[in-house]
Amino acid sequence: MSVVPAEVLPGGARAVTGTVRATVTAELGPRARLWPSLVAVYRAQLSRARVARIPLLFVATFQSVGILIMMRGVVDGGSEAESVVAGSAVLVVAFVALNLLAQYFGQLRASGGLDHYATLPVPPAAVVLGAAGAYASFTVPGTLVTAVFGCVLFGLPLTHLWVLAAVIPLAGAALSGLGAAFGLLAPRPELATVLGQLGMSAALLLGVLPPDRMPEAVRFARDLLPSTYGVEAFARTFGADPDWALVLGDLAVCAGVGVVSLAVATWAYRRAAVR
Amino acid sequence: MSTRAASAIRHPDEVVCAVRGLTKTYPAVRGRRGTPATPEVRATDGVELDIRRGEIFGLLGPNGAGKSTLVRQMTGLMRPDAGTVEILGHDIVRHPERAARILAYLGQESTALDELTVSLAAETTGRLRGLDVRQARRERDAVLDELGLTPLAGRTLRKLSGGQRRLACFASVLVGERPLLVLDEPTTGMDPVARRAVWSAVDRRRAEQGTTVLLVTHNVIEAETVLDRVAVLDRGRVIACDTPAGLKEQVAGEVRVELVWRERAPLDVPEVAALRERAVESGRRWTLRLAPDEARAVVATVTGGAAFAALDDFTLATPSLEDVYLALGGAARQGLVRA
Ligand SMILES: Nc1ncnc2c1ncn2[C@@H]1O[C@H](COP(=O)(O)OP(=O)(O)OP(=O)(O)O)[C@@H](O)[C@H]1O
Ligand SMILES: [Mg+2]
Repeated sequence: MSVVPAEVLPGGARAVTGTVRATVTAELGPRARLWPSLVAVYRAQLSRARVARIPLLFVATFQSVGILIMMRGVVDGGSEAESVVAGSAVLVVAFVALNLLAQYFGQLRASGGLDHYATLPVPPAAVVLGAAGAYASFTVPGTLVTAVFGCVLFGLPLTHLWVLAAVIPLAGAALSGLGAAFGLLAPRPELATVLGQLGMSAALLLGVLPPDRMPEAVRFARDLLPSTYGVEAFARTFGADPDWALVLGDLAVCAGVGVVSLAVATWAYRRAAVR
Repeated sequence: MSTRAASAIRHPDEVVCAVRGLTKTYPAVRGRRGTPATPEVRATDGVELDIRRGEIFGLLGPNGAGKSTLVRQMTGLMRPDAGTVEILGHDIVRHPERAARILAYLGQESTALDELTVSLAAETTGRLRGLDVRQARRERDAVLDELGLTPLAGRTLRKLSGGQRRLACFASVLVGERPLLVLDEPTTGMDPVARRAVWSAVDRRRAEQGTTVLLVTHNVIEAETVLDRVAVLDRGRVIACDTPAGLKEQVAGEVRVELVWRERAPLDVPEVAALRERAVESGRRWTLRLAPDEARAVVATVTGGAAFAALDDFTLATPSLEDVYLALGGAARQGLVRA
């Protein structure tokens, strides 16, 4: 099979007109603005999550409830019970926001689905934040169920459960940013899934088990995990007289990590969109 | 399929999209355990194109010719190794993000919309193309109606048939007007009704807004019926570019003869045995490209005498773009489809 040189072809293979070209210029179409496109992505993601992810949300909730029941035999109230309940509740967020979002972006990237967004004039942050927000809000029912069940099981007060209104979005932001970044940076989708699973396991082991019994190195790893601060903030509110300054401090760390991890995810999206 | 009246609004001098020296090589991948190494692939090799305003310009070539790679570079999705792409006065290689504000792209596979309903897919895409909610919904309704998708509006894309899903993706391309549509095999899996809906929607936009279309296909019939001009791509190179009729003139002296045998060719008939080395075989089908009087002789042979008993069907046809592709030295013997 020979390569036919262009110049010997009948009629000429060049697709270019020889005469002077009159190139027309056009106004660029409008850019989609950040907020409206974020809302559009959020709505779309929420609807697809509803269709595709409800069974997985059940899995996440059952997993956390199962852990609570298991730990009931080991832990007998006090501050350890507080960590277990807070850890299990935040675990639902980790499962959905970290694990499932890493899988979603990993698959989207591998299957060419990012092309769809990359050929629309939408800010990268809108795609990442919209998806992250949808996954995070999808965790709300599971987290609530787990928290209430845990409080009842361990006899903890339900008084300050409202703090979840801050814990879920902030821990959700931190974990979903991480999950999205995993999915977008992993060279292969299976690797994204593995990273998501590992992150989830870390959240499980380091978040649910009471920290006092951990060796020094593991406690250091626990401090590095963004979900830890959500767990701590939530756990502190079970006390008779919570130290709100410390709660706020933990939430602020969570928020800071959230901003950083979402920024990393946005950068990863840009990188993945143009190959 | 395409109403030729629309050709009247073509603007032959206005170049919408100019491609020069576009080259892209996929790097070699070293083999790991269990997976063989793949050599580097030059997917596009010095491609030059001028696409004019209001035309339907086609890229025709067999699988792996480099069509998708070429359009991905033209839509800013992939950075070329060398070369330039200018669309409506904007340098897309230097400013790939501008492509999204000039053109609408239908990728060969679209999975981003899979879990949405047809209606939400179209609306969301419109919003991300910069429309406000009211505009997006109005255009969504109009486009779904135009393409006959309204009865499916509430269904999830994943639960549609392949052709319906493709049509729904095409619908989302049309929400939010763009002067250039880049469509990578838009009609794959579609039945004739859906195809007609696609081409009449394209024609309407051409007539009303002077929309230009860049269409990727490996379907010869589609290329001949809908394209104004076509670039034939083979192993990353443009081997010809002209109107379909102009290209076919290059092989006007030939006739294509197709013979379909009942079970197998009667090679005991000497005339048939002699034909074999000139035929492209595909199962029971032989395809021959012959001068007209040779073709007549072949038809006389196979329709009379011993060969006729073994013959299931035969056709005699004027050349198609497939014959042009082969005559130009196209490497894939059977890469193009007629359907
Ligand atoms: N991501 C990739 N990595 C390595 N090689 C690739 C990649 N994508 C495509 N190729 C190779 O580049 C060549 C051109 O591929 P391309 O997808 O552009 O072909 P195509 O003309 O669109 O084919 P089809 O009709 O099947 O869609 C092929 O040889 C293909 O194997
Ligand atoms: Mg292709």
